[in-house]
Amino acid sequence: MAKINSLDELRKLRDQAKESMTARSGEAKVRIRASMGTVGIAGGAREVLKAIIDELEKRNFHEVEIIEGGSMGLDKEEPVIVVERDGFQTTYGKVQPEMARQIVAQHVINGQIISEWVIARNKQ
Amino acid sequence: MKELSLNILDILENSVHAGATRIHLTLQEYLETKDFLGFRIEDNGIGMDQAMVDSLFDPFTTTSTTKTVGLGLPLLKQEAEMCHGGCELESQPGVGTKVSFWFQHTHIDRPPLGDIVSTVLMMYAIHSDIEFIFTHEVDNNSFEISTSELKEVFQDVPINNPKILQGLETFLLENKNQLYGGKHYG
Repeated sequence: MAKINSLDELRKLRDQAKESMTARSGEAKVRIRASMGTVGIAGGAREVLKAIIDELEKRNFHEVEIIEGGSMGLDKEEPVIVVERDGFQTTYGKVQPEMARQIVAQHVINGQIISEWVIARNKQ
Repeated sequence: MKELSLNILDILENSVHAGATRIHLTLQEYLETKDFLGFRIEDNGIGMDQAMVDSLFDPFTTTSTTKTVGLGLPLLKQEAEMCHGGCELESQPGVGTKVSFWFQHTHIDRPPLGDIVSTVLMMYAIHSDIEFIFTHEVDNNSFEISTSELKEVFQDVPINNPKILQGLETFLLENKNQLYGGKHYG
Protein backbone atom coordinates (compact mmCIF):
# COMPACT_ATOMS: atom_id res chain seq x y z
CA MET A 1 0.00 0.00 0.00
CA ALA A 2 1.46 3.34 -1.09
CA LYS A 3 1.66 5.82 1.72
CA ILE A 4 1.24 9.52 1.11
CA ASN A 5 2.39 11.99 3.70
CA SER A 6 4.38 15.13 3.14
CA LEU A 7 5.13 17.33 6.10
CA ASP A 8 7.38 19.83 4.30
CA GLU A 9 4.56 22.26 3.56
CA LEU A 10 3.59 22.16 7.21
CA ARG A 11 7.09 23.15 8.30
CA LYS A 12 6.78 26.32 6.22
CA LEU A 13 3.40 26.99 7.79
CA ARG A 14 4.91 26.67 11.24
CA ASP A 15 7.49 29.37 10.48
CA GLN A 16 4.78 31.73 9.20
CA ALA A 17 2.59 31.19 12.25
CA LYS A 18 5.59 31.63 14.53
CA GLU A 19 6.35 34.97 12.91
CA SER A 20 2.83 36.29 13.41
CA MET A 21 2.90 35.02 16.99
CA THR A 22 6.05 36.87 17.94
CA ALA A 23 4.46 40.08 16.62
CA ARG A 24 1.93 39.75 19.42
CA SER A 25 2.19 39.32 23.12
CA GLY A 26 0.16 38.50 26.15
CA GLU A 27 -2.34 35.91 27.26
CA ALA A 28 -5.60 34.99 25.55
CA LYS A 29 -8.08 37.76 26.34
CA VAL A 30 -11.14 35.96 25.10
CA ARG A 31 -12.33 32.42 25.49
CA ILE A 32 -14.91 30.83 23.18
CA ARG A 33 -16.76 27.73 24.31
CA ALA A 34 -18.32 25.71 21.52
CA SER A 35 -20.63 22.85 22.30
CA MET A 36 -20.07 19.72 20.26
CA GLY A 37 -22.80 17.37 21.50
CA THR A 38 -25.01 15.24 19.27
CA VAL A 39 -27.72 17.88 18.92
CA GLY A 40 -25.21 20.64 18.26
CA ILE A 41 -23.38 18.58 15.63
CA ALA A 42 -26.65 17.73 13.86
CA GLY A 43 -27.53 21.43 13.95
CA GLY A 44 -24.29 22.59 12.34
CA ALA A 45 -21.85 23.16 15.24
CA ARG A 46 -18.93 21.97 13.12
CA GLU A 47 -19.55 24.57 10.41
CA VAL A 48 -20.05 27.24 13.08
CA LEU A 49 -16.67 26.49 14.61
CA LYS A 50 -15.02 26.45 11.19
CA ALA A 51 -16.51 29.89 10.48
CA ILE A 52 -15.13 31.15 13.81
CA ILE A 53 -11.64 29.86 13.03
CA ASP A 54 -11.78 31.35 9.53
CA GLU A 55 -12.92 34.75 10.79
CA LEU A 56 -10.25 34.83 13.53
CA GLU A 57 -7.60 34.05 10.94
CA LYS A 58 -8.92 36.60 8.41
CA ARG A 59 -8.87 39.31 11.07
CA ASN A 60 -5.54 38.09 12.36
CA PHE A 61 -6.90 37.94 15.91
CA HIS A 62 -5.24 35.18 17.86
CA GLU A 63 -5.55 36.21 21.50
CA VAL A 64 -8.37 33.75 21.89
CA GLU A 65 -8.74 30.29 23.25
CA ILE A 66 -11.36 27.93 21.81
CA ILE A 67 -12.45 25.09 24.04
CA GLU A 68 -15.19 22.54 23.98
CA GLY A 69 -18.13 23.48 26.15
CA GLY A 70 -19.84 20.11 26.15
CA SER A 71 -23.59 19.91 25.98
CA MET A 72 -25.03 22.75 28.05
CA GLY A 73 -28.50 21.30 28.48
CA LEU A 74 -29.77 23.81 25.96
CA ASP A 75 -30.67 21.34 23.23
CA LYS A 76 -33.33 23.48 21.65
CA GLU A 77 -30.88 26.37 21.40
CA GLU A 78 -28.11 24.37 19.71
CA PRO A 79 -25.69 25.17 18.19
CA VAL A 80 -24.67 27.21 21.22
CA ILE A 81 -21.49 29.24 21.69
CA VAL A 82 -20.33 31.05 24.80
CA VAL A 83 -18.04 34.06 24.64
CA GLU A 84 -16.07 34.81 27.80
CA ARG A 85 -14.81 38.37 27.70
CA ASP A 86 -14.47 41.33 30.08
CA GLY A 87 -15.62 39.25 33.05
CA PHE A 88 -18.87 38.12 31.46
CA GLN A 89 -20.04 34.84 30.02
CA THR A 90 -22.36 35.52 27.11
CA THR A 91 -24.30 32.64 25.57
CA TYR A 92 -25.55 32.80 22.00
CA GLY A 93 -28.15 30.31 20.75
CA LYS A 94 -29.14 28.87 17.37
CA VAL A 95 -25.87 30.12 15.94
CA GLN A 96 -25.29 29.72 12.23
CA PRO A 97 -21.94 30.28 10.43
CA GLU A 98 -22.73 33.82 9.26
CA MET A 99 -23.84 34.77 12.78
CA ALA A 100 -20.65 33.26 14.18
CA ARG A 101 -18.59 35.48 11.89
CA GLN A 102 -20.40 38.58 13.15
CA ILE A 103 -20.00 37.46 16.76
CA VAL A 104 -16.25 37.17 16.17
CA ALA A 105 -16.03 40.58 14.47
CA GLN A 106 -18.18 42.51 16.94
CA HIS A 107 -18.04 40.74 20.27
CA VAL A 108 -14.89 38.60 20.38
CA ILE A 109 -12.66 41.27 18.84
CA ASN A 110 -14.40 44.55 19.71
CA GLY A 111 -16.34 43.69 22.84
CA GLN A 112 -19.74 44.70 21.46
CA ILE A 113 -22.43 42.23 22.40
CA ILE A 114 -25.03 41.35 19.76
CA SER A 115 -28.01 41.43 22.12
CA GLU A 116 -30.68 40.03 19.83
CA TRP A 117 -28.90 36.66 19.66
CA VAL A 118 -27.99 36.41 23.35
CA ILE A 119 -29.87 33.79 25.36
CA ALA A 120 -27.99 34.16 28.66
CA ARG A 121 -25.43 36.44 30.27
CA ASN A 122 -23.64 35.86 33.56
CA LYS A 123 -20.87 37.52 35.51
CA GLN A 124 -17.82 35.22 35.61
CA MET B 1 -27.19 13.33 10.61
CA LYS B 2 -26.81 14.51 7.05
CA GLU B 3 -23.48 12.86 6.41
CA LEU B 4 -21.32 10.07 7.85
CA SER B 5 -18.57 12.53 8.76
CA LEU B 6 -20.95 14.10 11.30
CA ASN B 7 -21.75 10.68 12.78
CA ILE B 8 -18.00 10.11 13.01
CA LEU B 9 -17.56 13.44 14.83
CA ASP B 10 -20.35 12.49 17.23
CA ILE B 11 -18.68 9.15 18.03
CA LEU B 12 -15.29 10.86 18.42
CA GLU B 13 -16.91 13.18 20.97
CA ASN B 14 -18.20 10.10 22.82
CA SER B 15 -14.62 8.88 23.05
CA VAL B 16 -13.48 12.26 24.34
CA HIS B 17 -16.17 12.21 27.03
CA ALA B 18 -15.16 8.68 27.96
CA GLY B 19 -11.83 10.24 28.98
CA ALA B 20 -9.77 8.88 26.09
CA THR B 21 -6.23 10.23 25.72
CA ARG B 22 -5.69 8.34 22.47
CA ILE B 23 -8.24 7.92 19.66
CA HIS B 24 -7.62 6.20 16.34
CA LEU B 25 -10.00 6.79 13.43
CA THR B 26 -9.64 4.51 10.43
CA LEU B 27 -11.64 5.27 7.31
CA GLN B 28 -11.72 2.70 4.53
CA GLU B 29 -13.12 3.26 1.06
CA TYR B 30 -12.87 0.44 -1.43
CA LEU B 31 -14.38 0.50 -4.87
CA GLU B 32 -11.84 -1.36 -6.99
CA THR B 33 -11.10 -4.38 -4.83
CA LYS B 34 -14.48 -4.58 -3.14
CA ASP B 35 -17.63 -2.52 -2.69
CA PHE B 36 -17.06 -1.25 0.84
CA LEU B 37 -17.08 1.93 2.90
CA GLY B 38 -16.35 1.61 6.59
CA PHE B 39 -14.92 3.39 9.58
CA ARG B 40 -13.54 2.29 12.92
CA ILE B 41 -12.92 4.34 16.05
CA GLU B 42 -10.72 2.91 18.79
CA ASP B 43 -10.16 4.71 22.04
CA ASN B 44 -8.51 4.13 25.40
CA GLY B 45 -11.36 5.70 27.38
CA ILE B 46 -13.09 4.26 30.43
CA GLY B 47 -14.92 1.62 28.38
CA MET B 48 -18.26 0.00 29.10
CA ASP B 49 -19.36 -3.27 30.65
CA GLN B 50 -21.26 -5.88 28.64
CA ALA B 51 -24.68 -4.79 29.95
CA MET B 52 -24.04 -1.24 28.77
CA VAL B 53 -22.75 -2.44 25.39
CA ASP B 54 -25.81 -4.67 24.94
CA SER B 55 -28.18 -1.84 25.72
CA LEU B 56 -26.43 0.72 23.49
CA PHE B 57 -28.23 -0.23 20.32
CA ASP B 58 -31.67 -0.43 21.82
CA PRO B 59 -33.20 3.03 21.61
CA PHE B 60 -36.10 2.04 23.87
CA THR B 61 -34.38 0.64 26.94
CA THR B 62 -31.54 3.12 27.03
CA THR B 63 -33.25 6.44 27.43
CA SER B 64 -31.92 7.01 30.92
CA THR B 65 -28.56 5.27 30.80
CA THR B 66 -27.33 6.53 27.47
CA LYS B 67 -27.82 10.22 28.10
CA THR B 68 -24.20 10.70 27.08
CA VAL B 69 -24.52 8.49 24.02
CA GLY B 70 -27.82 9.53 22.50
CA LEU B 71 -29.73 8.04 19.62
CA GLY B 72 -26.87 8.35 17.19
CA LEU B 73 -25.70 4.75 17.32
CA PRO B 74 -29.02 2.88 16.88
CA LEU B 75 -29.99 5.08 13.95
CA LEU B 76 -26.61 4.70 12.29
CA LYS B 77 -26.75 0.92 12.78
CA GLN B 78 -30.12 0.86 11.06
CA GLU B 79 -28.73 2.86 8.14
CA ALA B 80 -25.71 0.55 7.84
CA GLU B 81 -27.89 -2.58 7.82
CA MET B 82 -30.15 -1.03 5.21
CA CYS B 83 -27.05 -0.65 3.02
CA HIS B 84 -25.91 -4.28 3.31
CA GLY B 85 -23.45 -3.28 6.00
CA GLY B 86 -23.38 -3.57 9.75
CA CYS B 87 -21.67 -2.53 12.91
CA GLU B 88 -19.58 -3.95 15.71
CA LEU B 89 -18.82 -2.62 19.14
CA GLU B 90 -16.30 -4.04 21.58
CA SER B 91 -15.60 -2.47 24.91
CA GLN B 92 -13.83 -3.32 28.11
CA PRO B 93 -14.05 -1.29 31.29
CA GLY B 94 -10.71 0.36 31.96
CA VAL B 95 -9.30 -0.55 28.56
CA GLY B 96 -11.35 1.27 25.94
CA THR B 97 -13.89 0.95 23.19
CA LYS B 98 -13.71 -0.03 19.54
CA VAL B 99 -16.67 0.68 17.30
CA SER B 100 -16.99 0.07 13.57
CA PHE B 101 -19.64 0.70 10.97
CA TRP B 102 -19.58 -0.40 7.33
CA PHE B 103 -21.74 -0.01 4.25
CA GLN B 104 -21.96 -1.26 0.69
CA HIS B 105 -20.17 1.65 -0.96
CA THR B 106 -22.42 1.84 -4.03
CA HIS B 107 -25.68 1.23 -2.19
CA ILE B 108 -28.26 3.79 -3.33
CA ASP B 109 -29.33 4.57 0.27
CA ARG B 110 -25.84 5.00 1.72
CA PRO B 111 -25.45 8.41 3.36
CA PRO B 112 -22.67 10.49 1.79
CA LEU B 113 -19.33 10.45 3.58
CA GLY B 114 -19.38 14.25 3.54
CA ASP B 115 -16.68 16.53 4.87
CA ILE B 116 -14.24 14.23 6.67
CA VAL B 117 -11.54 16.92 6.62
CA SER B 118 -13.67 19.26 8.77
CA THR B 119 -14.38 16.45 11.20
CA VAL B 120 -10.67 15.72 11.62
CA LEU B 121 -9.99 19.44 11.95
CA MET B 122 -12.39 19.64 14.92
CA MET B 123 -10.18 17.24 16.82
CA TYR B 124 -7.20 19.56 16.35
CA ALA B 125 -9.28 22.66 17.11
CA ILE B 126 -10.88 21.63 20.40
CA HIS B 127 -9.09 18.44 21.48
CA SER B 128 -5.46 19.13 20.68
CA ASP B 129 -4.41 17.50 23.97
CA ILE B 130 -5.64 14.12 22.71
CA GLU B 131 -3.38 11.90 20.61
CA PHE B 132 -5.59 11.54 17.56
CA ILE B 133 -4.54 9.24 14.75
CA PHE B 134 -6.33 9.47 11.42
CA THR B 135 -5.86 6.71 8.86
CA HIS B 136 -7.59 7.00 5.51
CA GLU B 137 -7.41 4.09 3.07
CA VAL B 138 -8.70 4.38 -0.46
CA ASP B 139 -8.28 1.15 -2.43
CA ASN B 140 -4.51 0.66 -2.66
CA ASN B 141 -3.44 3.96 -1.13
CA SER B 142 -3.40 5.18 2.41
CA PHE B 143 -2.72 8.34 4.36
CA GLU B 144 -2.02 8.58 8.06
CA ILE B 145 -1.39 11.52 10.36
CA SER B 146 -1.19 11.77 14.13
CA THR B 147 -1.36 14.66 16.55
CA SER B 148 2.11 13.83 17.86
CA GLU B 149 3.59 14.03 14.35
CA LEU B 150 1.99 17.45 13.91
CA LYS B 151 3.19 18.65 17.30
CA GLU B 152 6.71 17.62 16.33
CA VAL B 153 6.47 19.80 13.22
CA PHE B 154 4.85 22.80 14.93
CA GLN B 155 6.86 22.61 18.15
CA ASP B 156 6.02 25.67 20.29
CA VAL B 157 3.22 26.84 17.97
CA PRO B 158 -0.05 25.32 19.20
CA ILE B 159 -1.89 23.24 16.59
CA ASN B 160 -5.18 24.94 17.49
CA ASN B 161 -3.79 28.31 16.37
CA PRO B 162 -6.23 29.59 13.66
CA LYS B 163 -3.46 30.01 11.07
CA ILE B 164 -2.20 26.48 11.71
CA LEU B 165 -5.73 25.06 11.55
CA GLN B 166 -6.31 26.66 8.17
CA GLY B 167 -3.02 25.30 6.89
CA LEU B 168 -3.92 21.86 8.23
CA GLU B 169 -7.21 21.99 6.37
CA THR B 170 -5.37 22.60 3.09
CA PHE B 171 -2.90 19.85 3.96
CA LEU B 172 -5.69 17.36 4.67
CA LEU B 173 -7.61 18.32 1.53
CA GLU B 174 -4.52 17.93 -0.66
CA ASN B 175 -3.80 14.52 0.77
CA LYS B 176 -7.41 13.44 0.35
CA ASN B 177 -7.44 14.50 -3.29
CA GLN B 178 -4.20 12.63 -3.86
CA LEU B 179 -5.73 9.53 -2.28
CA TYR B 180 -8.73 9.71 -4.56
CA GLY B 181 -6.42 10.21 -7.54
CA GLY B 182 -8.98 12.22 -9.49
CA LYS B 183 -11.65 9.57 -9.09
CA HIS B 184 -14.96 10.20 -7.41
CA TYR B 185 -15.57 8.33 -4.18
CA GLY B 186 -17.67 10.38 -1.74
